[in-house]
Amino acid sequence: MSGPNTNYDPVEVSALDPANLDAAVEDAVAAIAAATSLDDLKAARIAHQGEKSPLALANREIGALPPSAKAEAGKRVGQARGRVGQALTVRQAELEAERDERILVEERVDVTVPALRRPTGARHPIELVAQRLVDAFVGMGWEVAEGPELESEWLNFDALNLGPDHPARQMQDTFFLDPVDSGLVLRTQTSPVQIRTMLEQEPPIYVVAPGKVFRTDDLDATHTPVFHQIECLAIDKGLTMAHLRGALDAFVRIMFGEETRTRVRANYFPFTEPSMETDFLCFACHGEETWGSAEPCRTCGGSGWIELGGSGMVNRKVLRTCGIDPDVYSGFAFGLGIERALQLRHGVQGMHDIVEGDVRFSQQFGMGV
Amino acid sequence: MRMPLSWLAEYTDLAPGARGADVAASLVRVGLEEEDLHGGDITGPLVVGRVLSFELEPQKNGKTIRWCTVDVGQNGQMLTEGKHQEIVCGAHNFEVGDLVVCVLPGAVLPGGFAIAARKTYGHVSNGMICAEDEIGLGHDHEGIIVLSRLLGEERAATLSPGDDAITLLGLADETVETNVTPDRGYCFSVRGLAREYWHAQGSPEGGYRDPADVATPAATAGGYAVELKDDSPIDGNDGCDRYVARIVRGIDPTRPSPPWMSKRLTQMGMRPISLAVDVTNYVMLAVGQPLHAFDVDRLSGSVVVRRARAGEMLTTLDDVERTLHTDDLLITDGGEQPLAIAGVMGGASSEVSDTTTDVLIEAAHFDPTTVARSSRRHRLITEASKRFERGVDPKVTAAAAQLAVDLLVEHGGGTVDDAVTDVDRRSERTAYRLDVTEPARIVGVDYPRERVVGILRDLGCVVEESGEGTDDTHVLVTPPSWRPDLVDAPDYAEEVARIDGYNNIPSITPTPSDGRGLTHAQKARRVVADALAGAGLTEVLSYPFVSEELADQLMLPADDDRRHAVRLANPLSEERPLLRTSVLASLVDTLRRNVARGRKDVAIYELGLVFRPGGAIGTAPIPGVAARPDAETLEQLYAAVPAQPRRAGILATGQAEQAGWWGPGRAADWSDMVAAVQTVAAALAVPVSVANDPGHAPWHPGRCARITLADGTLVGHAGELHPKVVAALELPARTVAAEFDVDVLVAASSEPVQARPFSTFPPAMTDIALLVGVDVAAADVETALRSGAGESLESVTLFDVYEGERIEAGHRSLAYRLTFRAPDRTLTTDEVNDFRDAAVAAAAAATGAVQR
Ligand SMILES: [Zn+2]
Repeated sequence: MSGPNTNYDPVEVSALDPANLDAAVEDAVAAIAAATSLDDLKAARIAHQGEKSPLALANREIGALPPSAKAEAGKRVGQARGRVGQALTVRQAELEAERDERILVEERVDVTVPALRRPTGARHPIELVAQRLVDAFVGMGWEVAEGPELESEWLNFDALNLGPDHPARQMQDTFFLDPVDSGLVLRTQTSPVQIRTMLEQEPPIYVVAPGKVFRTDDLDATHTPVFHQIECLAIDKGLTMAHLRGALDAFVRIMFGEETRTRVRANYFPFTEPSMETDFLCFACHGEETWGSAEPCRTCGGSGWIELGGSGMVNRKVLRTCGIDPDVYSGFAFGLGIERALQLRHGVQGMHDIVEGDVRFSQQFGMGV
Repeated sequence: MRMPLSWLAEYTDLAPGARGADVAASLVRVGLEEEDLHGGDITGPLVVGRVLSFELEPQKNGKTIRWCTVDVGQNGQMLTEGKHQEIVCGAHNFEVGDLVVCVLPGAVLPGGFAIAARKTYGHVSNGMICAEDEIGLGHDHEGIIVLSRLLGEERAATLSPGDDAITLLGLADETVETNVTPDRGYCFSVRGLAREYWHAQGSPEGGYRDPADVATPAATAGGYAVELKDDSPIDGNDGCDRYVARIVRGIDPTRPSPPWMSKRLTQMGMRPISLAVDVTNYVMLAVGQPLHAFDVDRLSGSVVVRRARAGEMLTTLDDVERTLHTDDLLITDGGEQPLAIAGVMGGASSEVSDTTTDVLIEAAHFDPTTVARSSRRHRLITEASKRFERGVDPKVTAAAAQLAVDLLVEHGGGTVDDAVTDVDRRSERTAYRLDVTEPARIVGVDYPRERVVGILRDLGCVVEESGEGTDDTHVLVTPPSWRPDLVDAPDYAEEVARIDGYNNIPSITPTPSDGRGLTHAQKARRVVADALAGAGLTEVLSYPFVSEELADQLMLPADDDRRHAVRLANPLSEERPLLRTSVLASLVDTLRRNVARGRKDVAIYELGLVFRPGGAIGTAPIPGVAARPDAETLEQLYAAVPAQPRRAGILATGQAEQAGWWGPGRAADWSDMVAAVQTVAAALAVPVSVANDPGHAPWHPGRCARITLADGTLVGHAGELHPKVVAALELPARTVAAEFDVDVLVAASSEPVQARPFSTFPPAMTDIALLVGVDVAAADVETALRSGAGESLESVTLFDVYEGERIEAGHRSLAYRLTFRAPDRTLTTDEVNDFRDAAVAAAAAATGAVQR
């Protein structure tokens, strides 16, 4: 290295010679381009940008130049270093991107191997169907009423206008408690909940009562000794059968879709007068009669309609028994079997799967339906 | 109730071209549900055949078939190449010479079952010999039809091979079967159903011909003596308020019933027996009045209707000797010898036989309650009792007797006595003052006054629109005699709606105004169920019926409350007469069923009521229903119902976590059960404590957790089942279980959670290892640490438990991480050390722990 010399011509200092600078830059750029890894690039950086690199040496020569020459030499070296720096930056980015890319490839796993280490649980669909109906009615302003499963005979029968000699009482296959004169039975219907509600609450009453009921039937494809009902009871001023029909329409739409509707006819139930039997339009065939055809609708059997269940205006005798003045208040009640709703809505064949507790049955339904 | 269309057409006009399905649909519109359609769907040839011979041929499948040769008449033989018909038959209830019903090739049976000659059991069978169910005559498939048995010997004697059996059995005539509700007793007759069909057609003028509209003679002197002596009427209603007795003498007992009557009875599902019996049945089916035929020669005195005396006996027609009850109403001979349980069944002694020539026809009106009770008491449901307990038209009595008399005279060749007995004690029905706007208020359809009055008149009501008690809105209505159910305004409203058409009722969604949504308990119970499902358990439902042995199998102590179970008087199975006192009691069956079906890993739960009478069952009062029971009675009523707490049961076996690419699996153990209960408690934000419970069945004494609320209230138990319980119940080894009281947790969650402030300063953590005796519960150590650590303690975590060579025998090492945080500053190391030392000191004092 030469000492400072004010008369010194930079062109004549070899390290600052433009051709040499160009060559150094080209060497550097070539080395940078040739680097195939971040380690290569690090070596190239040291060689071409480090303290002992040709450009660093050239930079140091500038100090020895006369002031008049410094500016131009400085500019030239600066440009050269800039070009190298730029090349390094670009290559660094390229190689880092390549490395990041490679890591992602190397870290690949097969995410299709099983991920669930613990089993997932499930609710029983009977409970889910009941909740669905309850929620819809609660959304319309109704409340949920409950009562015991082991019930007094009076609440299960007598108060519902089913006196001891009533023919309808004989149709119910009741589990009686021992001793039989205890006046206690396993409730055969959820209706005693309605009696309890009417005895305890002042009208207006709008309640829905889901629950377990019991009849002495052996388990087969269509019967089970323990099953579930949901009943709705409304007591208010001015309620008519039109309101009953409106509630029934709401009920079937919640369960079976907006397209369905009801068809009603007379029937007899001791608890109600007038009484009503309801069918609703089959949601599978939309009421198209396929009876007698080669492939009758499997949901409705081909008639186009599905029987929903009994309903009616609460019998005045029942209101009086509960201390409600039938000249001031009227009301209606209706109900249906939840097992049947589940079978219809979800294509469940037969009763066995619903009651046997095979976990595979519940697990199909998850946490909500 | 069945009704052939041909019979219906006698009493009312069928809509042009109406088939069975149309008639059924019409009846459905007026509230009579269709049960079934019979007949009308057979296309011939179906003929009478005489069995000429058969050979027994044992088959490889163990059955023996009969290879029969049957004479099916000239025409029939044209279909069988001129030979007698050769038929394979599997039934064995016939003999050579019997007349049977043969279906020949080319016929189509109900259900579209086409008959062709076919090869079966090594023979070509030309059709078949029919059973009742195959031709839609009934449900009997016990054997084939033998006509002498189906129609009676006399009728069968008039038949010849080749006769058309479709006509003979009325199979071309469709028969509609409807379900009759208890309020429509009158529809247990063709008369009633025809009337309803006529209403369904719009009640056209003159379109209904009442078969009971016949002239009847008034009572005369000298009739058979009848006394009505009911000295203990039920609810003030006489057991019998009308008794008509008519006598026909000189009937030729060999005369058969006319073929049309036999055919009709067969169509109705009844067996022709003899003329006298057939006539009583036929008239009953026609007009709904059960009749009884007595053999006059077997009666000695007058007929006395009275209640039975204690200890009296009667052998009924079904050959059962019955002990009578003092509520039973009897028909007696001269007041002594019982002849029949009124309205239910006759006795064997006075029955008409094949030598009877003089017949007394009884047409009586019995009290529905009396008949219902006798029918129930003797477990005898007869055609008569079905009708009487639903109410028989009290005005049809004499007409029914007249119809029967006429038929006996015409077909039996007898003569009727001029003397007529008719004891009539009926009370007049009073008119009901009906507000004609009431049907509109009840139904929600604006029926004009004329519509209401018109419908009621069509129904047979007498409606007075003028006179005392009537005004612009009120009329006086007297219902027809066959409608005892029409009492009150809603009854009339239903009739108006029914005849006007239920489908005219509009749909108006009711709009309750002050619903408060689900209660806290209802919401909280859903949280419990969802938390358990979220924890990987599957919800199931089990039947609550359990065995008597179960309490022992569960190792329940003698004084355990769970041994006090409710017993059913009529269980489905004698092996399971009790109701469960815990959910686990019935859930074990469900676990076993899943395992039996090949599933190794099962984790299930159930939420439900259990039955805890807690001692002897009380007696619930049965108050009257005329008004609301008084407060005291209601209190007794509610109190008599045994406690039914809502509990949750959990059972698991097999792997809680599966083995997989991540490593080995983990078997479900006691801790999963404790965790499940804690998960539920956490979901409800209810703090619970866990303690070792060495003595709670059915758990393993060393692996049972007792879970309590902060105030000590018991929530439930969790852990591993006792190995003996597992063995006794045949559960998989190491089955784990939990059961807790849902009501307790739900109640504990009812107050709103009060939020505590939490610090945002950095935490300070310090670890300690404590040496404690193996009997010291970790929960107790933690409680002590918490009590000593001061208010800055944020959490205590037990991160290691060591028991082994490196420490003193009989001890274990518990390693805890204590995390501290102050609300207002960063804690210094010295402060944290002080807190830690205080915590350790408290643990040492409470549990003898020594810091290692
Ligand atoms: Zn359909």
